[in-house]
Amino acid sequence: MIRVDGRGNSSSLIKVRGLNKTYSRGGEKIQVLQGLNLDVDKGDFVAFMGPSGSGKTTLLNLLGGLDVPSAGSITVDGDEITHMSGSKLTHWRARHVGFIFQMYNLIPVLTAYQNVELPLLLTKLSKSERRKHVETALGVVNLADRMHHYPRQLSGGQEQRVTIARAIVSDPTFLLCDEPTGDLDRKSADEIMALIEELVGKYNKTILMVTHDPVVAARAHTTLHLEKGVLVEGKASPQTVMAGGAA
Amino acid sequence: MKFRRLIFANLFRKKIRLILTIGSFAIALVLFMFLAVVKSAFSRGTEIAGADRLVITNRIGLIQTMPIAYRDKILTIPGVKAVTHNNWFGGVYVEEKNFFPQFAIDVENHRQVMSELVVPEDQWQNFVKDRQGAVVGARTAQRFGWKVGDRIPIKDSLYGTNSTWDFNLDGIYHSDKPGGDESQFWFQWKYFDERVPSFIKSQIGWYVLKLDSPDDAVRVAKAIDGKFANSSTETKTETESAFAAGFAKQFGNIEFLILTIGSVVFFTLLLVTGNTMAISVRERTAELAVLKAIGFTDRSVLFLVLAESMVIALVGGALGLILAAGAIPGVGAALNGLLPPLILSKLTLGLGLSFALLVGAASGLLPGIGAMRMRVVNALRRV
Repeated sequence: MIRVDGRGNSSSLIKVRGLNKTYSRGGEKIQVLQGLNLDVDKGDFVAFMGPSGSGKTTLLNLLGGLDVPSAGSITVDGDEITHMSGSKLTHWRARHVGFIFQMYNLIPVLTAYQNVELPLLLTKLSKSERRKHVETALGVVNLADRMHHYPRQLSGGQEQRVTIARAIVSDPTFLLCDEPTGDLDRKSADEIMALIEELVGKYNKTILMVTHDPVVAARAHTTLHLEKGVLVEGKASPQTVMAGGAA
Repeated sequence: MKFRRLIFANLFRKKIRLILTIGSFAIALVLFMFLAVVKSAFSRGTEIAGADRLVITNRIGLIQTMPIAYRDKILTIPGVKAVTHNNWFGGVYVEEKNFFPQFAIDVENHRQVMSELVVPEDQWQNFVKDRQGAVVGARTAQRFGWKVGDRIPIKDSLYGTNSTWDFNLDGIYHSDKPGGDESQFWFQWKYFDERVPSFIKSQIGWYVLKLDSPDDAVRVAKAIDGKFANSSTETKTETESAFAAGFAKQFGNIEFLILTIGSVVFFTLLLVTGNTMAISVRERTAELAVLKAIGFTDRSVLFLVLAESMVIALVGGALGLILAAGAIPGVGAALNGLLPPLILSKLTLGLGLSFALLVGAASGLLPGIGAMRMRVVNALRRV
């Protein structure tokens, strides 16, 4: 159950309270997020929409522990991450977060297998255990037959599937997707969304996704719109639509 | 090592750049090694000089002589165990380019003072009995293909006899100290004294004396110089290492020259490799950001960058050392004995490898720290 009113129950997997984020640009303070609340349960699939600059990616970065808020708290599976040190946060990310980026961001000199194996290099798994995990992840994204291909030998959709395999290989607590279909044609985008839906439906993964595409957003359980630094559930306001966020 | 594949995959990303960087490392190392062996060659005399030996020269300079009568006076000074003497001959063997040092030595006392230069007993006895006899260092014997029994003609070029002196090669000496001088040619001082013109007869180039104890060096040196003070031939007595250092200085300030060139090599290599690493890291900003996003710590990222630069340094350094080991003996031979032997010792090899690794670490450090401090959010925004 996803809530944005700050009244979620204590069993929420992700609990955000009073989140603020302010940037300084040219001496001017820009408040991107203002007292944002959010509760996400395990197995939820939520899409964030909003016009450019509304703070979608900032919210995703804060939830993923890549950035620190100016105020407020984020608690994931009982761990409050807002006050963690840099290195503790890095270890936390390795254990709990899977990232899926718009530009795939694979290492071009490594094969699909080696790219997927990267997060496991940080664990104590043996080589054979790592192999088992990587093959399973690549099997989930239907790329077992391309594991020894380099990114340049794969299509955009296949590259994104490798990114998804890399995100799920360490079985993280939740996945963060930043425009996962933004660089793909419609057919490939559909395939990727079907895969993401499968991760939610079949593997009970919790997914938070930023997208500009209402068709893609429609496949999530809930779509939340970022307006003036806070989240609004349901349809976007006319102003947001005019700004192009839900176009 | 789990990150091995990642490190090597990144290294081979730009093969030509990698080859050029390793090549520049190797060439710089060859130059560095050459400088190191030249410096070592010039300072070897100082390093292996006997701590219990003093050298006495004419106070005016090394080419001025001293009377043979000084020997007995020196022997009376307490703390002096033995005294021997030498004269520089400076003759020419066949051609002037065939340079090697030739000394007229004091056969009776030479072995007692210069005990590290070893001649087989039977060869030495033959030498003592043979007025025209000679003993040569193993390096010079090998250089000219001489063997015991050979007749060696050496043309006088210093003393005005205008003749060729023929010597019988009675023995070959070896140094029992690693890197010791095995290039000298010795013949009997008595034979020298017979043949030289009267102005040089009974005159000595320099004395070398052995002390009862190295602790006596300062006292004995003062006593000797004091004994001959205000005479027509005053002396300058110094430790053998100080004498060797002074001799090397005749070639100029070799150490300063080598340090200067070495520093230029070091900083040029540092700039080349540092620039390569900086470009390499900048090209991979997004990838490094992703690594940090998925859980690679700042230290892991620093390690990856440093490991790359260290591998380049190690491979380039090893290649440079192999090239140097192959080239230096050839260069030494081509110099025809103009320089002391160029010896690539294990210590020099170790120094070269340390130099390479130091440059590798230094060149990877700044880009590595940059990558370590990079904020993931900012780096990903630039993609």
